Formats: sequence, C-alpha cells, structure tokens
Amino acid sequence: MFSKGTKRKFSDGDEEISDESLVGARVASSYSLQRQSLLDMSLIKLQLCHMLVEPNLCRSVLIANTVRQIQEEMTHDGSWHMVTEAFCGPGQSPSERLVATEVLCRSREQDAEPKLFSVISYEGCREEEVVADETLCSVSVSDTVSNVCLAGRIGQCWEKSELSGVERDEEALEDSRLGSGEDEEIDTEDGASTESPKTTGQVFGTFEIKNSSPAPDSALEELFSDVDTSYYDLDTMLTGMQSAPKMGPYDILDSLAPSHSSPSIVSTPKCRSDLNELDHIMEIIVGS
Amino acid sequence: MIVFVSAGIHVTCMFEYQHLESFQQRRDTKTPVAYCNPSTHILTLIMRLRLFAGLAEVQPRPWFRPRMLSPVLCSDLAALEPEYTEADVISTVEFNQTGEFLATGDKGGRVVIFQREPQGEYNVYSTFQSHEPEFDYLKSLEIEEKINKIRWLPPHNPAHFLLTTNDKTVKLWKVSERDKRAEGYNLRDEEGRLKDLSTITTLQVPVLRPMDLLVEASPRRVFANAHAYHINSISVNSDCETYLSADDLRINLWHLNITDRSFNIVDLKPENMEDLSEVITVAEFHPHHCHLLAFSSSTGTTRLCDMRARALCDQHAKLFEEAVDPSRRSFFSEIVSSVSDVKFSHSGRYLLTRDYLTVKVWDLNMENKPLETYQVHDYLRTKLCSLYESDCIFDKFECAWNGTDSVIMTGAYNNYFRMFDRASLRDVTLEASREVCKRRAVLQPRRVCVGKKRKETDVSVDSLDFRKKILHTAWHPKENIIAIAASNNLYIFQDRMAPNGHHNTPEIQSAPPK
Repeated sequence: MFSKGTKRKFSDGDEEISDESLVGARVASSYSLQRQSLLDMSLIKLQLCHMLVEPNLCRSVLIANTVRQIQEEMTHDGSWHMVTEAFCGPGQSPSERLVATEVLCRSREQDAEPKLFSVISYEGCREEEVVADETLCSVSVSDTVSNVCLAGRIGQCWEKSELSGVERDEEALEDSRLGSGEDEEIDTEDGASTESPKTTGQVFGTFEIKNSSPAPDSALEELFSDVDTSYYDLDTMLTGMQSAPKMGPYDILDSLAPSHSSPSIVSTPKCRSDLNELDHIMEIIVGS
Repeated sequence: MIVFVSAGIHVTCMFEYQHLESFQQRRDTKTPVAYCNPSTHILTLIMRLRLFAGLAEVQPRPWFRPRMLSPVLCSDLAALEPEYTEADVISTVEFNQTGEFLATGDKGGRVVIFQREPQGEYNVYSTFQSHEPEFDYLKSLEIEEKINKIRWLPPHNPAHFLLTTNDKTVKLWKVSERDKRAEGYNLRDEEGRLKDLSTITTLQVPVLRPMDLLVEASPRRVFANAHAYHINSISVNSDCETYLSADDLRINLWHLNITDRSFNIVDLKPENMEDLSEVITVAEFHPHHCHLLAFSSSTGTTRLCDMRARALCDQHAKLFEEAVDPSRRSFFSEIVSSVSDVKFSHSGRYLLTRDYLTVKVWDLNMENKPLETYQVHDYLRTKLCSLYESDCIFDKFECAWNGTDSVIMTGAYNNYFRMFDRASLRDVTLEASREVCKRRAVLQPRRVCVGKKRKETDVSVDSLDFRKKILHTAWHPKENIIAIAASNNLYIFQDRMAPNGHHNTPEIQSAPPK
C-alpha cells in the first residue's frame, strides 16, 4: 500500500540513549516520533483487520503485542500518561489504559495531525464490531468543524451500543455481523459484551463533551431516553400496570398505519425513526 | 556453485541445479458473468449461481460480502486481469515418502498430483477439487477453500492416500488407478443396458481386460467441525494410525479411521481472549517417536511435547528458545522471531525452524540455543518498518531438509530461494522465475548487495520485488530434486551432477570458480 523504502529508516536495532546532550535530544525526539508513527500504523492495521473477511489471528496477535509493547514503553517514559490524561476525563485509573480493549487516544498537543480512535480487541468489543460501521472504527478526528460527520458517526456508535444493550434478545442478528473479526466461540461473547458498550459509551461520551454535539446526536439521545425499560420489568408486566402503552418489538408495524389512532403522538415519530435507524444501520452494514 | 576445499579427503559440494520442468496453473476465465461494483447486484448473482451449483441454499443476503470471486465466475475482464487468477496460486507442495509423487494444493481448493516418469520427469497424474468454499452461517463468514497443507500417508497398498486441509476441514483422499475393466457380464451388455433374458443361453465369467489408465480420487474421510480457528498444519504420526491437526490455539489428535471424534492435546486459548498473546504457528510429529510432537508459536518459541506425560500437553517437555539480547531488542523483535515453519530432520535428531530473517537448526537435546543459525536475508533488517507497513513481515516462509539432512533450503523474496550446506557452511541463492528457467538450464547463483553492485549480476536490495515470494518449497526425500512454488508456477529442479537422477556420493573435485 505504501511504496517501499521511502519511509525514513527506523533504527530498530539501536536505541541510542546517548549521553551527548544535543545529539541525544534529537535522537530521542526522532525516536519518539518514529515510535508514535509505528503506534499509529499498528492501530490502523488492527482496525483494518476487523474489516477483512478472513482475518489472520496470528497477525492480529503480533500487531496487538507490538502496540502493547509501545504502550508499556510510553508509560515508562511518562508520555503515555500525558497522552491519555489530556484527552480522557480524569478518574480513569491508569491500569485501564494498558488493557488491550481500551480505546486509545492521541494527545491533542501533537499538532493538527488526524487523531485515531480505535478499539483493540479480539472479542471484548465484539458488540461494537457487530453493529457498528467498519469505517467508524477508523474514524479520524480533528478539531475542525468540518468533522460533523464524525460526531454523527459517534452518535451512531453510541446508539448502536445502546441498541445492542437493549435489544439483546434480537441478537439473532447474527446477520448484522459484518463477517469480520476473528473466529471465536459463541459462548464467550456474552461475557465480554456487557463490558464494552459501557467502555466505548463512556469514552465516546467523554468525547462528545469536547465536541459540540450536533443536532442528530441529541435527537437520538432523546429517542433513547424515551425508551421506558419498565416494559421489561417483571413486576410491571405481571401487574399489568403500564401507565402508557410501551413500544414493544412488534408494535412498530402496528403504529405505522396512519389511520391507526396512535396511543401517543410521541410514539409514531419514534417508531418511524426506529425504522429509519434500521435502514440506516443496514445501509452502513452493506456499505453502499 | 561448486566449492571445494583443499586436498583433504573429504570434500562437500554444493550441487548445481538445473531446471527440469515447470508447470503453470490457470483456470478457465472465460465464463461470463457480469462483474460490476461490489453492490447488491453482484452479490445476488453470485448467490444464485451457488444455489445452482448446489453449494449453498441460502437467501441472498445483501450484507454478505464476497472476498474473492470464485474463479469460474470471472468475466471477460480477463484482458484487464493479471495472467492468472488468485485461485491458481499454489499454497502447498509436498513429496510423498518415496518421492514418486508430488502433490500441490492451490488457493482455489484444487489438488494436482504429479508422478515421476521412469525417465525422471514429472507429469500430471491426477487433479481433483479437494475443498469447496463454505459459508459459516453462525458467524457470517466465508471459509476459504485454500489448501493449507497436504500430507501423504505412508504407502500400505497400491492406492495412494493423502490428507488435505483448508482452514476448517481435513479430508483423507484415496487416489487409485484403474487400468483393467471387467467384461462379459451376464445380465448387462457392454453399454450397460439390461439384456433380454431370453437371449441368454449360457453363463460366462467376466474377464478383466486392460483399459486406458484411469486415475480416480475419492474422499474417504472428512474430519470436520473440530477447529474453531484456522488450521495451519497437519502431520501424520509415525504409527500411521493417527495424525494431528493444529489451528491457531489448539492441536487435536485424530485417528485416521474415526471422523467424529478427536482429542485435544494442546490448548493455548486463555480464559479471557483479551489476554491472548501467543498463537500456534506450526505443529509436527517426530518422524520416529510416535509420542513426541513439536509446535512453534508466534513468540519465537518451539516446544517439544511428550504425549506420554499427560493427556493435555500444555506443559512442554522441552522449550527451544534463543534469548534475545535486550540491547538489540526493537519493536519488531517479536514479529521477526515468530516461527513460520518447523521441520524435524529425517534422522529425528534435529529440528529446523524458520523465522522471518533466519533459519535455525536445533539439536533436540539442547534447548537454550540453536546449533546453527543461517541468515536468509539479513539485508532486510534495516527495512523492517516498511515491511511491517506492507505486511510482508507477516509472510510465512517454509523450510526443508534434504534427504541426508546435510543441506537445508528455504524461500525468500524476488523469487529467490536459498540453500545452506551445513557441513561446509556455504550457501547459495537461486532464482525461480520463468525468465531464467529454460529447459535444462543451469541455475546461476544470485547475489543481493546492500551498497553498490560489485558485479553486473548483483541485485540491489531496493530493487527486490516483495510481491514475488517463495513461501513453499519441498525436497525429494531421497534425491536432489526440489520443487519450488512461485505464485501459480511450480518449478522442479534437479541436481545437474546426477543426470540419471540418482544420488551421488560427494566427490572430490576442484574447479575454478565461475
């Protein structure tokens, strides 16, 4: 994909931590630049390999190990701490950042180059992979306003993680898998999935604070804030004490009919946008 | 290249290799099917055709993305396409135990078997489709039909048996010849039609008459559904009854006659997949000891396991790992140390491992460092970053021993392959490509130079073609005949100094260098 030999040489054999002040400083900064570019490259590769139909587990493991190695080194240097704190909210323990499933952020201080968000996991963020757009993972963020589409996508990701959280039963949506990601056994997914929507949701939530949240985002937020999960409460169902008709999975079609006097005017736009979302999701998955 | 030394009594020679023949695979690409952008149109078409072929009964799923068009479906884009389809790329090469047969598998799931003629040439003996592309419904993943490995079973009757595997399924094939046909049946005539019973007046005993040789391949066993990850190797045990199949995380032991059960003997899967840091790359049984097996990992270690110790061999009996000097460690150290092939020597005393830049000979009795290390293409050490970028650093090269365990061979880039003579410590780089392979032409050694060229024929590192890689090589078990696979081409080279094809004992010679 890139022509060979045009990259600057990566002095991988000799990590010169020399004593000479000037030369040493220059070497050190070029080393950290090289290390950073290697980290970026590795993250891109990991994201891309989620898109491959036939992902190579060996390759993914090797790349992930390289990323971990860089992470560890950067932590020892202290530059990692700087990187994550600058971006993510406080209160996240440093240990979380070393976990492979963590979302890696790049410091804003490092000029205006595009930042990369990625989700590294073989399985932990399966839910995201399952329902999220492939291109989402390799989304690049910049501070410019032109990145409205990013925010929209972030919103989708959040929405999808919500979807996956709420409509867990309808996850016979094996169909919604992109066919990407490594092979794994089915029984192991359930354990991992509960953790990931929160992690990603948390991080993307943090991110939203940084960016101005555009309109579509908030609309989706409202949409889901209206979903009343009491519908699923056993008590509620048993006692039949439902204050307002809730939108069950099969009610969507019913409420589509325009002549149908909708129980609440709120629900109709909700279910239409449900359908729109589904359409939207399918479009993304098909990649048209 | 011939080298000699002094007037001593023994001398070793590097054999001179000449091109024997080459075969090229190309599928018929003329079947027209509309090909356009990857959209729902093409997806639907393909699914329909598969339905027709009986391969899958599934509703067209708009979100199923084919990674590669089946070779039959390539359209008249043949003019714009490269010369061969991806499906023709050879993915494995293997001689049988006598060397009479050579089997190759390709990415399209086809196996081609060559047989050695009495004159010494190899000709196509049989071709069959071993694996078809499958679809895993649970994961919405297509399972590639590429043949990852072929292993011959030791001969025990006139038919030939071989194991072939793709990512998920191992199959046992029987290849048998038929050159006689029974004639003179009582109830049916020559065309097979039932005879009118009233015309039968006498009984006859059918006799066997010769017919044209017919080679039939039939699947005798299918070993399926035992691997959740991609199978990377199979190896037949010396007991000739069992074999192992290894995927990225597990190794299973099978009995050749039992297809519905296998034993798991190695399991590297961690409790939490997020902790995964090591995968199995290759596994092989010891050639003589049926209880010993070796497997290598992506972290650069090779383990020897003894199946007598316990049922699950996660604890190794021996661990072969060379300590990496911490001061020379780089971010690529682990990737470069990942072992891509493991081969026991014919004697069973040594182990040959191939990692990205070197090939190492280990003594089974010494675990802490290899006996010998040979640099395959050390000039790539400074280019690791760009090789990482282009993914070339993940290429898995195979290695091979010769029949007497005195020479080892492995492939490299630019269609080069290397041979190392263990005794004399000399090596040679040869090229396998169509331009240089004319009939009986002797292969000229090549040299890759890092700085400026010393000779006209030198090739500079920067002009190496990294798309032309020789990953699969095989050496005849007894003679100096080698088979090299370069994309869709198979080259067979033979030692020139043995025109009758028989193995020579080393001779004393002196010759001026060319």
